[in-house]
Amino acid sequence: MLASTGPDGKVLAGGQSLVPLLNMRLATPEHIVDINRLTELAYVSVADGQVMIGALARHAQVLADPVVAAAQPLIAQALRLVAHPVIRNRGTTVGSIVHADPSGEMTAVLALLGGTVLLASTGGERSVSAEDFFLGPLESDVRPDELATQVSLPVLGARAGCAFAEVSRRNGDYAVCGVAAMVELDGGGGISRARAAYLSVAGTPLIADLTEACGAGAGADLAAAGRLAMARVSPGSDIHATAAYRRHLAGVLTERALAGALAHAKGRSDG
Amino acid sequence: MTAMFGEPIARLEDDRLLRGNGAYLDDLGHDALAAAFVRSPHAHARVLGVDVADALDVDGLVAIYTYEDLPGRIAEPLPLLIPHPALTHGRTGYPLASDEVNYVGEPVVMVIARDRYLAEDAAERIMVDYEPLPAVVGVDAALAAEHLVHPDVPGNVAGHLVQSNGDAAAAIAAAPRTLELHLYIERSASTPLEGRGVLARWDTESRRLRIWTSTQTSTGVRAAVAAKLELDLADVDVITPDVGGGFGVKIVHPWPEEVLVPWAARLLRQPVKFTEDRIEHFVASAHERGQRHQVRVGFDDDGRLLGLDVRFWHDNGAYIPYGLIVPIITSTQLLGPYKPGAYRVEFSSLYTNTVIVTPYRGAGRPQGVFVMERTMDAIAAALGLDRTVVRERNFIQPDEMPYDQGLIFQDGRPLIYDSGDYPAVLARLKALAGWDGFEAERAAAAEQGRRLGIGLACYVEGTGVGPYEGAHVVVETSGKVKVATGLTTQGQGHQTVFAQIVADELGVPIGDIEVVTGDTRAFGYAVGTFASRAAVMSGSAVALAARAARAKAIRVAAAALEASPDDLEITGGIVQIKGDPESGIAIGTVAVLSNPLRYAFDEAAQAATQFAGGDIGKPPVADGDEPGIEGREYFSPLRSTFASGMHAVVVETDPLTAEIRIVRYCVVHDCGRLINPRIVEGQIHGGVAQGVGGALYERMAYDETGQLQNASFMDFLMPYVSEVPAGIEIDHLETPSPLNPLGIKGAGEAGVIPGAAVFAAAIEDAEGIAITSMPISPSDLFELRLSRRGDRAV
Ligand SMILES: Cc1cc2nc3c(=O)[nH]c(=O)nc-3n(C[C@H](O)[C@H](O)[C@H](O)COP(=O)(O)OP(=O)(O)OC[C@H]3O[C@@H](n4cnc5c(N)ncnc54)[C@H](O)[C@@H]3O)c2cc1C
Repeated sequence: MLASTGPDGKVLAGGQSLVPLLNMRLATPEHIVDINRLTELAYVSVADGQVMIGALARHAQVLADPVVAAAQPLIAQALRLVAHPVIRNRGTTVGSIVHADPSGEMTAVLALLGGTVLLASTGGERSVSAEDFFLGPLESDVRPDELATQVSLPVLGARAGCAFAEVSRRNGDYAVCGVAAMVELDGGGGISRARAAYLSVAGTPLIADLTEACGAGAGADLAAAGRLAMARVSPGSDIHATAAYRRHLAGVLTERALAGALAHAKGRSDG
Repeated sequence: MTAMFGEPIARLEDDRLLRGNGAYLDDLGHDALAAAFVRSPHAHARVLGVDVADALDVDGLVAIYTYEDLPGRIAEPLPLLIPHPALTHGRTGYPLASDEVNYVGEPVVMVIARDRYLAEDAAERIMVDYEPLPAVVGVDAALAAEHLVHPDVPGNVAGHLVQSNGDAAAAIAAAPRTLELHLYIERSASTPLEGRGVLARWDTESRRLRIWTSTQTSTGVRAAVAAKLELDLADVDVITPDVGGGFGVKIVHPWPEEVLVPWAARLLRQPVKFTEDRIEHFVASAHERGQRHQVRVGFDDDGRLLGLDVRFWHDNGAYIPYGLIVPIITSTQLLGPYKPGAYRVEFSSLYTNTVIVTPYRGAGRPQGVFVMERTMDAIAAALGLDRTVVRERNFIQPDEMPYDQGLIFQDGRPLIYDSGDYPAVLARLKALAGWDGFEAERAAAAEQGRRLGIGLACYVEGTGVGPYEGAHVVVETSGKVKVATGLTTQGQGHQTVFAQIVADELGVPIGDIEVVTGDTRAFGYAVGTFASRAAVMSGSAVALAARAARAKAIRVAAAALEASPDDLEITGGIVQIKGDPESGIAIGTVAVLSNPLRYAFDEAAQAATQFAGGDIGKPPVADGDEPGIEGREYFSPLRSTFASGMHAVVVETDPLTAEIRIVRYCVVHDCGRLINPRIVEGQIHGGVAQGVGGALYERMAYDETGQLQNASFMDFLMPYVSEVPAGIEIDHLETPSPLNPLGIKGAGEAGVIPGAAVFAAAIEDAEGIAITSMPISPSDLFELRLSRRGDRAV
C-alpha cells in the first residue's frame, strides 16, 4: 500500500500528532494508510536482552506492562511524562519515535539506550540504529514506502540505574527541557559510566557522556556533570523559555536525573 | 416547604449537559451549507485584489463573496456599540475587509460550500493580492506612533479620558512620602470551550429570519442584524442554543459572521452555518488585558493615601466596537476598597494591528487591582509595615456606606458603593489563609530548602449594571411554571437559580419550573449577559414577575374559594387558606379558572366554561384584568451594586528551576445574599482558574510583524486542572445590597479579578524581587533572578 502511494501517503497510527496536522492543514497527504487494524503489531515483549515494542502498542499499554517496567525502567519513567492519559490511550510509542519530535520523551530514550527501529517495505526489512535514525526536528529515517514495525530497546544492565527529569510548563506538556540519565556502577559503588540524553535543547536528541565529569569513586561530582551538560547543550529561545533558562535547566536537571539514576542503581544492586 | 433561596442545590441543567444531551451551535443545522473565511495573513496591508478563479471548480462550492458583493448597510462599518464623548476616533471594521486589513485574521472573503471541508478547500485557492504596510504591535509601538493603524487617527489614539476627584498633583507634592511604579499586564483572552458560531434560516413562506448564535446577547444580535439586513425586529428571531462559555468575547455583536451568514442564508434561500475553529478563535475573535500603567502615589508615614495619580495606555486592537468600557472600568475600579485621597486618572486607548478587545471576565479590573495592590505592597515595603495593616488603614469603613468615590462608572452613573464591610472581609481572609502564622510556616519550609511566599489582593466589583432586564412567568393549566428572561446563559446555572427564586416567590415545587433564556421568541426585551449582572438583573425581574403571578393566582383563587386574598397562601403548588390544606386548589386549576372558556378541552377545563357558574353580573374578564396566571415585570436599578472580596495565595518557588507551585489559595467573597452557594463557589473556582491562567500561563505572543505565534492550545497555555489549586478555600460574607429586591450582588467575574495582583505579591514575597509585569513564567522568573545581582540561587 505504502509502496503505491509513495510520498503522497502517510501512515496513521494513534493519530495524536498526525490528526492535528491534518486539522490545521499543515499536512495534506493524498492518502492515509490506517494501520489500526494490524492488531498483530500491538505487542510488547522482552526477549534476548531487548524490549520490543510493536508499531501498534499504545503508550498506555507499554506504560502499564510490568515485564517492561522490570526489564527497562526508563521506558515507564519516560512514558509517565508523555502527554496525558487520554492521549497515551491512543498514541503509539513507535509513532512518537517515528514522529521524531525533539521534545518527545521516547526519542531520548531510544537515543540514550542505543535502541534500533525496524523498518519494513515491499523491498524487505532494515534495522536502523538510534544514532542514524533521527535526521532533524520531525524528521526520521523512515522512507515514504516504509512502515516502522518495531522498536527495540536494550534492557537495563545489572549494576545500572536510570531516571528521567524534566520541566514542562503544564503537567503533560512537551518538556521545556528534559533529561534522561543512566549510570552504571563499578564494584565499589563509584560510577563507571554516566550518560544523559537531552530533550528540547537541540533538533535531535542530544547525548552527553558524563562519566569523566562525575569522577571516579563513591563521591560523584554531579554538579560538575551539570556544568558539563550546560556547556554541551545549545538550546534556542522560544515563546516559552529563553535559551539561558533552558541551558540552566539542562544543568539542574542533569544533577537531578543523575542523582535519581544513582539512587536507582544503588537500590537495584542492594536489592 | 423549605426555602430554595440560599440552598446549595445541584444544578438543574447538569444532568442534561453532563450526559451529552446539550445542543450547542454546531450540533444544529445538519442540513445547512457551511461558511469558511479567507482571513488576512498580514497584520496590516492594503487589499489590492481578490482572484477567485482557482476556487471556482471546487466541487460543492456554492458562493464566494467579497466586499464588492455586500449591499446597502452591510457594506458599511459594523456598529460602534458604546459611543462615549471621549472616544473621539472610534473605528470599526467591515464585515469583509474593503481596501485595508488591520489584523491577522480579519475576514476578507466568505466562501459557502456544501460542507466545511470543501469551503476550506475553496478558500485555500483564493488569491488575495496584498500590499503589506508597517504593523503597529503592542502598547509601546502604538504610543510611539511611528506608524499609524488608521491613517486618519493621529497618534493611534482612539480615545482619551481624564477623571479626577480632588487635586492629586498637589496632594502628592505635599505628601511626606511618594513612590512611582511602572506596571504592565499582557494580553490574554476569554477562550471559551466553544468558539463563536452562527446558523441562519430564511423562511421563504413567512419571510422571517431565524438565527441561532453562540452569543451573550440575543436581543443585541437581533437588533443589529435586523438593522443591517433592513428587516423589522418582528421578522427576526434570535435564539441562543446551549452555549459553551462566553466570558465576554461573545458580548460583542454583531460579529462579521453574524451579519454575513444570515445575509447569505436569505440570498441563497438555504440555511447557512459558520462554526469558528480554534485557530480562528485566537486570531479573529477578541483578546483583553494589555495595558501599561504609571503610578504616582503620595502617602503619610502610617501608609495612609494622600494622593494617587495613575496614567495608563490600553491596547484596544485594530477596531473599537465595544468602546472605552475596559479602560473606564480599570480607571474607576482600581480604587477597590480604599479611600485614595485625591485621585486623578488619565488613559489613552490605542489602536494596534492586533485582534480587537472585548471585556474578558473581570474586564479591566484585573489590571486595576494589579495597579492598586502593587501600590499598596510597595507602600508597605517602603514603610516596613505589614501589608494587611496598610490596607486596613485605607479601607472605606462600613459606617461610611454608601460611599461616593466621586467618579463616573462604566454605566454612566456615579461610582457609589452601595454596601460592604471590607475590614470584616480582611479579618476572615487573614484567618483563612493563616496570615499571622505565615512567618513560622515560611521559616519551617526554609529549613527544608523550600522557598515560600504569601500575597493578598483586594477588590471591589461593580456588578449588575443596567439599563434593565425583564422576565415573564406563566402558570400552565398543568401546574407547570414557564419562566422566560431575555438575557442569555453560557453555562452559569441560570436555570437553577432563577428556578430557586420562582419556587420561593410563587410557592411551587422547583421541579415544576422551566426556565428559558436568550430566546427572543420567548422574551424580546433584554440587554445581555455581562458585568456579573444576570442574577441581579434577571434574578430581580424574575422575582418581581413571580410575585405578580402569585398575586394574580391568589386573587383568582380567593374568588373561587370565597375567601379573602389575605387569608391565602401558596405552598407546594397548592393555593389554600393559610394552614388549611383541605381547602386547597392546585395552582394549575387556578390557571384554568383564570381563563374564562367557551370550550372545554378536558375535565378540569369544564369548570371555566360559561354554564359552570360564575357571577353573571360581571364581565368574565374584569376591567383591566387579563386571562391567565402570568407576571411580566422589569427591573431597572438606579446604579450598579458593588461586590467585594479578597484573595490570598501561598506559592512555592523552586530555588533552582524557578517553577512556581501553588500551595494554597484562599478566597473571601461578599456578593450580598447567596441564592445558591454551590453555584457561587463554582463561579469562584472557574474565575480563580482563569486568574491562575492569566497570572502564570497565558499570554498572546505576537511577534513584531503582528503574527500571533501561539494561536493554538498547544502553545497558548491555559491551565489544566492539574495547574489549578485542588482545594480553593472559600469563605463568604453576606452584606445585602439595598438596590434590588433580593439584596444580591453579582458573582460571575470576581474569582478572576485579583489573580495577577495576588500572584505577583506572593512571588515577590518569596523571591524578594519586585514583580511589576504579569504574567510570569518560570523562564521569566529565572531571568529576573539573573538580573538581580548576587542572587544565591543562580
Ligand atoms: C496534547 C498532546 C500532548 C502531547 N504531549 C506529548 C509529550 O509530552 N511527549 C511526547 O513524546 N508526545 C506527546 N504528544 C504526542 C503523542 O505522544 C503522539 O502520540 C505521538 O507523538 C505520535 O504517535 P501516534 O501513534 O499518535 O502517531 P500518529 O499521529 O498517527 O503519526 C505521527 C507521524 O508518524 C508517522 N507514523 C506513525 N506510526 C508510524 C509507523 N509505524 N511507521 C511509519 N510512520 C509512522 C505518521 O505517518 C505521522 O507522520 C502529545 C500529543 C498531544 C495531542
